[in-house]
Amino acid sequence: MSEQQAPPPGAAAPVPTRSADPAEHTAGTGGRASQVLREVSTGSLGVTVLAFVLALVIGAVLIIAVDDDVAAAAGYLFARPADFFSAAWSAVADAYSALFRGAVINYRADDLAGVIHPLTETLTAATPLIIAALGVAVGFRAGLFNIGAQGQVIMGATVSGLVGFAWHLPVGIHLVVALLGGVVAGGLWAGIAGFLKARTGAHEVIVTIMLNYVALYLLQYLLTTSLFSTGNQPKSRSVDPSAQLPLLLGDQFRLNAGFLLAILAAVFVWWLMTRSTIGFRFRAVGSNAHAARTAGMSVTATFVLVMVVSGALAGLAGATQVLGTEKFLTDGIAGTLGFDAITVALLGRSKPLGIFLAGLLYGGLNVGGRVMEVSTGTPIDIVLVIQSLVVLFIAAPPLVRAVFRLPSPETKEVAA
Amino acid sequence: MTATDVAPARPAPSAAVVGRTVSYKVPVALGVLGLAALVLFGLLGPAGETTTFGVSGASDLVRIDPLELPSRATAVVLSVVALLLAAYSAVVARASREVPVWLVTVFGVVWVLAFLTWAVAGKSTSLVSLLQGSLLLAVPLAFGALGGLLNERAGVVNIAIEGQLLTGAFGAAVIGSVTGNAYVGLVAAPVFALVIGAMLALFTVKYHVNQIIVGVVLNVFAVGLTSFLYGSVLKEDAARLNSPPRLEVLPVPGLSQIPVLGPVLFRQTIIVYLLYVAVVVVSVALFRTRWGLRVRAVGEYPQAADTVGIDVERTRWHNVLLGSAVAGLGGAFFTIGSVGAFGEEMTAGKGYIALAAMILGRWSPVGALTAALLFGFADKLQQVLGVLQTPIPNQFMLMLPYIVTIFAVAGLVGRVRGPAAAGEPYEKG
Repeated sequence: MSEQQAPPPGAAAPVPTRSADPAEHTAGTGGRASQVLREVSTGSLGVTVLAFVLALVIGAVLIIAVDDDVAAAAGYLFARPADFFSAAWSAVADAYSALFRGAVINYRADDLAGVIHPLTETLTAATPLIIAALGVAVGFRAGLFNIGAQGQVIMGATVSGLVGFAWHLPVGIHLVVALLGGVVAGGLWAGIAGFLKARTGAHEVIVTIMLNYVALYLLQYLLTTSLFSTGNQPKSRSVDPSAQLPLLLGDQFRLNAGFLLAILAAVFVWWLMTRSTIGFRFRAVGSNAHAARTAGMSVTATFVLVMVVSGALAGLAGATQVLGTEKFLTDGIAGTLGFDAITVALLGRSKPLGIFLAGLLYGGLNVGGRVMEVSTGTPIDIVLVIQSLVVLFIAAPPLVRAVFRLPSPETKEVAA
Repeated sequence: MTATDVAPARPAPSAAVVGRTVSYKVPVALGVLGLAALVLFGLLGPAGETTTFGVSGASDLVRIDPLELPSRATAVVLSVVALLLAAYSAVVARASREVPVWLVTVFGVVWVLAFLTWAVAGKSTSLVSLLQGSLLLAVPLAFGALGGLLNERAGVVNIAIEGQLLTGAFGAAVIGSVTGNAYVGLVAAPVFALVIGAMLALFTVKYHVNQIIVGVVLNVFAVGLTSFLYGSVLKEDAARLNSPPRLEVLPVPGLSQIPVLGPVLFRQTIIVYLLYVAVVVVSVALFRTRWGLRVRAVGEYPQAADTVGIDVERTRWHNVLLGSAVAGLGGAFFTIGSVGAFGEEMTAGKGYIALAAMILGRWSPVGALTAALLFGFADKLQQVLGVLQTPIPNQFMLMLPYIVTIFAVAGLVGRVRGPAAAGEPYEKG
């Protein structure tokens, strides 16, 4: 997956200056947006690694800044500076090693199950992140910002859950219908934004953000109805066993077939974006909407289709969450999945393999962060800081190069 | 729909002159709403009930007895007034003129009164406290929207209002608590929000990273940073770091004694009075000064602004910082302006409603304030109705601002158009 950033044949270079014709301008906007996205997605692997290092360093600084032992040692910094540095080192090392233990391998566990338990949790947590991020990425590649993955995940989970506990279908069919319910719900929910953009020009960013909240309140309302909830708790009935995603490694682990769906979804998106006509249309519209229109593509229809596909994937993410991991609905079913998915898509450079790896990384950080919080008292929120900084740094390679005093690629070319 | 409809970003005066068409969208929408009110709140409303509205507080100089209204008759009368307004809007639309904002506003007020009369039938509620609470809840939204429009008028989309509110709330609580003075906290709020503003400017203006991406990510960053500091520092020493005094209510002498409006508008904390000042100052500055003209030029057509010698980058830097400070001031409301202590993610999506208010207010300060008041009212109403146990589930009331915004950006309630260059990095060429 190294190709696809080249503009499609016949597409003009993104218009650098504003033109007087509104239609032309539309094309320019699409071109510019995708140009930025392309910038995000073509930085070198080196920048990614350095961005991650930089974010971890800033995270470390924060951990040191709030650590009590460090603060105590800082009181006599000039008398015994070594104390300060060893306290700082141990604060950071404790936190980050706990993060690793919680996310990958628990080398302190007694048995094999305990050792690999964190890894399976990471894969479980990564599942919906990967799927939803694939959806966001499809939007990015077509020049659309789907900020509404959160709402689409909620709608997907809601309908999947409803099918899972309200209908009682035969084994096999039940699971498929429940998953499809989530896919359709997510797709339709995002389709609203696509339709409004196509028909009225309403900006998809605004509409999807607003739909996030509408979805959340809708779910909160549904959880108060007798259809969803039996008791007084804002919590739905449990999904029938026939609609649950099967566990992959036995009862000990939560890892379920949703992870296989994530892999399938990544392959599907790869195929869709690089091998299918529809994907070509998506990319053409994303690269230069004006050229795509001139070439006879319906840009408005593409907008709708892109949003539906994007939302369908997010809906699937919600489905795996409710049918695989949680098994019942609460208003926190989506957590911050939708927003994490945006950062995962950016970190993965909007490409399936990248997103798969970025999703594993984020899943690991989220799971490990919980262990870190319990064992060292470092709040899990540091993970959010690290995650957001990584994405910001990756998006601004010149900043990373400046921090590490690296030459810019252009100068290198001149030198060579 | 033609190609130009996809993103009618340019002013396109030619389209307005050549393709002027009579659009009945607004009249139809108002008519449908009016009819719904007539049927649901009026004709199908509970018979024989009375609705009681309290109109003065205990400490008022002039006491007014609560209004006791026959529920059904009042709702019918109000619905008919609403329908007449809808009919007038049709007349306006027929003349190919845009339906004026005041008409929609008056319609909204009348419609909501009809709704209230129905919802409170057989019970009683205080209009004064309803409006007072609405104004209070509108404060962070209005400041956030003002901050947002200062950004967007200069061509930088500010999705990070949420993050700015949150850091502002954090700063106000911590500094207010350490100094023991709420007013110092109030000054600290915008300063803390500048952190987010500076990052927004750095990444969007200097490094040309997509503004929407930066905004979304900065919100995550703000949540992460404030929650991290809350969990690791504030919680451990809450007495010293997270127990700020609250801003006290300062009644304006004289004005606060006006019946109904007095206590609503002039018996508030300093942050509300600052809002009045901010709206006036930003309005005048944006539309009546050379500075404002330049800012708007940068937001609409940076190339042209650059050509006449305006420093586009510097203007954007200044406005992003200024906007984030203004939004941060609104953040102070969450802590020292209301509950006092800071809590994790306490802004709870209000930044996004502020964004909605900015859009609904069509990027103008007065419009933003109006929209913020509308959303604040919906929020307060939701609280009041929740207590009164009315037939409307409060989740639907909470949804209202978002749905209204979707309708607004979809052009169903008049056309909404932002600064043309918002969202686009400017590269000097």
